[in-house]
Amino acid sequence: MPYTTRRRLVTSAVALALGTTALAACGTESGDGETASGPVSLTYWTWTPGMDKVVDLWNKGPGKKDRITVTVKKQASGDTLVTKILTAHKAGKAPDLVQAEYQALPTLVSNDALADISETVAGAKDRFADGVWQQTTLGTDAVYAVPQDIGPMMFYYREDLFEKYGLSVPTTWDEFAETARELKKAAPGKDLTTFSANDSGLFAGLAQQAGARWWTTSGDRWKVAINDAATRKVAKFWGGLVEEGAIDNQPMYTPSWNKALNTGKQIAWVSAVWAPGTLTTAAPDTRGKWAMAPLPQWSAGENRTGSWGGSSTAVTTDSEHREAAAKFATWLNTDRAALSALAKESGIYPAATNAQTSGAFLKPPAYFSNQADFYSKAAGIAGTTAPSAWGPNVNVAYTSFKDAFGAAAKNKSDFGAALDTMQADTVADMKKQGFEVAE
Amino acid sequence: MSSLAVPQAEPVAGSTPGTDRDRPPLRRRIALVPTVTLLLGALYCLLPVAWVVIAATKSGRELFSTFTFLPGTGFADNVRDLNAYRDGVYWQWMGNSALYAGLGALLSACVSAVSGYALAVYRFRGRETLFNVLLAGVLMPPVILAVPQYLLLAQADLTDSYLSVLLPQILSPYGVYLARIYAAAAVPADVVEAGRMDGAGEWRIFTRVALPMMVPGLVTVFLFQFVAIWNNFLLPYIMLSDDEKFPITLGLFTLLEQGANSPALYTLVITGAFLAVLPLVALFLVVQRFWSLDLLSGAVKS
Repeated sequence: MPYTTRRRLVTSAVALALGTTALAACGTESGDGETASGPVSLTYWTWTPGMDKVVDLWNKGPGKKDRITVTVKKQASGDTLVTKILTAHKAGKAPDLVQAEYQALPTLVSNDALADISETVAGAKDRFADGVWQQTTLGTDAVYAVPQDIGPMMFYYREDLFEKYGLSVPTTWDEFAETARELKKAAPGKDLTTFSANDSGLFAGLAQQAGARWWTTSGDRWKVAINDAATRKVAKFWGGLVEEGAIDNQPMYTPSWNKALNTGKQIAWVSAVWAPGTLTTAAPDTRGKWAMAPLPQWSAGENRTGSWGGSSTAVTTDSEHREAAAKFATWLNTDRAALSALAKESGIYPAATNAQTSGAFLKPPAYFSNQADFYSKAAGIAGTTAPSAWGPNVNVAYTSFKDAFGAAAKNKSDFGAALDTMQADTVADMKKQGFEVAE
Repeated sequence: MSSLAVPQAEPVAGSTPGTDRDRPPLRRRIALVPTVTLLLGALYCLLPVAWVVIAATKSGRELFSTFTFLPGTGFADNVRDLNAYRDGVYWQWMGNSALYAGLGALLSACVSAVSGYALAVYRFRGRETLFNVLLAGVLMPPVILAVPQYLLLAQADLTDSYLSVLLPQILSPYGVYLARIYAAAAVPADVVEAGRMDGAGEWRIFTRVALPMMVPGLVTVFLFQFVAIWNNFLLPYIMLSDDEKFPITLGLFTLLEQGANSPALYTLVITGAFLAVLPLVALFLVVQRFWSLDLLSGAVKS
């Protein structure tokens, strides 16, 4: 279903946001003016658990002073929410504020659903890492959202089992491959990790670390480079490991994956800062036995990571109180009290850099009680996040990834061919939607 | 709950349930192929239900680590957690589902009764055209209509309200179709004519004479529509944004999709799904007796 609706909604979108000038113009003219007068009531679609409690702080504090009341309407996360926002926007009924993943922003902007809030939020820029902020501007002068949480990628491993099998923590991907082979020799029944095609965000993050920029613009044309040299390198690396049987090829997030982690059949996981939460439910018996390290690098001495997940707070063009909404979005994601409540109630990892080392992050997550410096290490890694480049049909690329790489991983066949399929599908869809694509 | 579609043996022509004893007892003969087919069908339908029942008893720790069909020890805890989740919003969802499905199915049965009766009994210009349009409606999956219905209701400022979910589900083309077929079979023209001869008005004939004859058919319409609304996902998903108005399907979906940094609440979702099936089971058990009474009975026997 998301497929058909998206198609229908999106065909009406002409060329995107390169032409941000047009959007920016309509953003300033129809926005505010009357925000200061009279009480304002805003609605906010978010999937973050516990957000209602954080918003209460606003409604009782700064919101009360400014007479801006925010109401949380809890939603389910994911691509379906983007579809729902676009449907509501078509009827002119989108809420004032929405939570959106970074990779969904270009889709929303190209449908003219998000307002340019640069005037109100410009001051917040230096609270975030450049690579994070850049995702909310889409490389233009406009600002379409305020970053909320991020998912810098890291390497998680079973400390005890690494010791048992005499493995050292890999710092480069070559060492990673070596480690996988050594483990196979030491314990043939075990795998270092698995290559899973059921969450495209992981692969996108790995490609981002390698320096890939999947969607870029030049002039008024899009350039899609999903099968560029950097991504090809990543695909070949993982495809090689799967083919030689050095790592497993079963998908993540299945009961058998949980079991493999819980029983120590798989002893490492390339994941992101939110992994402790997932591991808590997936592998409850191994609490305290894991450790976190920076992602292996492509060449020794480098220091880069990708991101997997993360979201932002955006103001819609349907909002009649854009300035008030942008004010709230800024408070939510930069205010000290708001950020510590977000960390406590919702367990998010904040995008605001100074919050990453604030009081809420002095102690490691309970699952990682053995690694006291978990969050200071995480903050260091977050600072090395490579820039990302999202386009207007990330969902199509992701679906194509799941199909093509899912089959390639299962059959242990050529990952390069799968990558070409992903590129071709994405370009074809953009052309169909009416975007100008440079070959 | 699509077990309604289990293939059933054709009744012998002219037979009426309950009249078997007038006939000489048949030789007991079990036809092997149909029996096995039915058993396989039953297994296919019941296995997932069994899984839900058993999985609902497992604690989060047991869910993925113990044998699938080995009952766990966490049912009470799961129910307690579900109960505590956001101050018991689950029961609010349950209540909403009951309202949407109960009221919606009742209204739908009423509308179907009136329109089905009218289509069956009265001859008027355009009757067949109207009926054919309805038939086309039966073929159209309601999923296709959800977005247009949303845009329509948005113009009337009715989105994100109880009405926005109730209204589109009141008219059920399939219900009207079924009611017409049933009325044509169960309400003989002679009876309607007799009522007219006795000086009863059309409304009186409908409510006092025809409606009681149509009850088993309308119960079917009610049940179908109840289950359809109870299980409906897309329409409320698009219409509603306030999670206090969510039906259970949507509520459980929000429990599952919590964003990347909070794990899906599997145990709560499974327990919630299990509890959500119970009202449907209870409804079927209660209504069954109205339903299976006799679909073939009528007022005039020849």
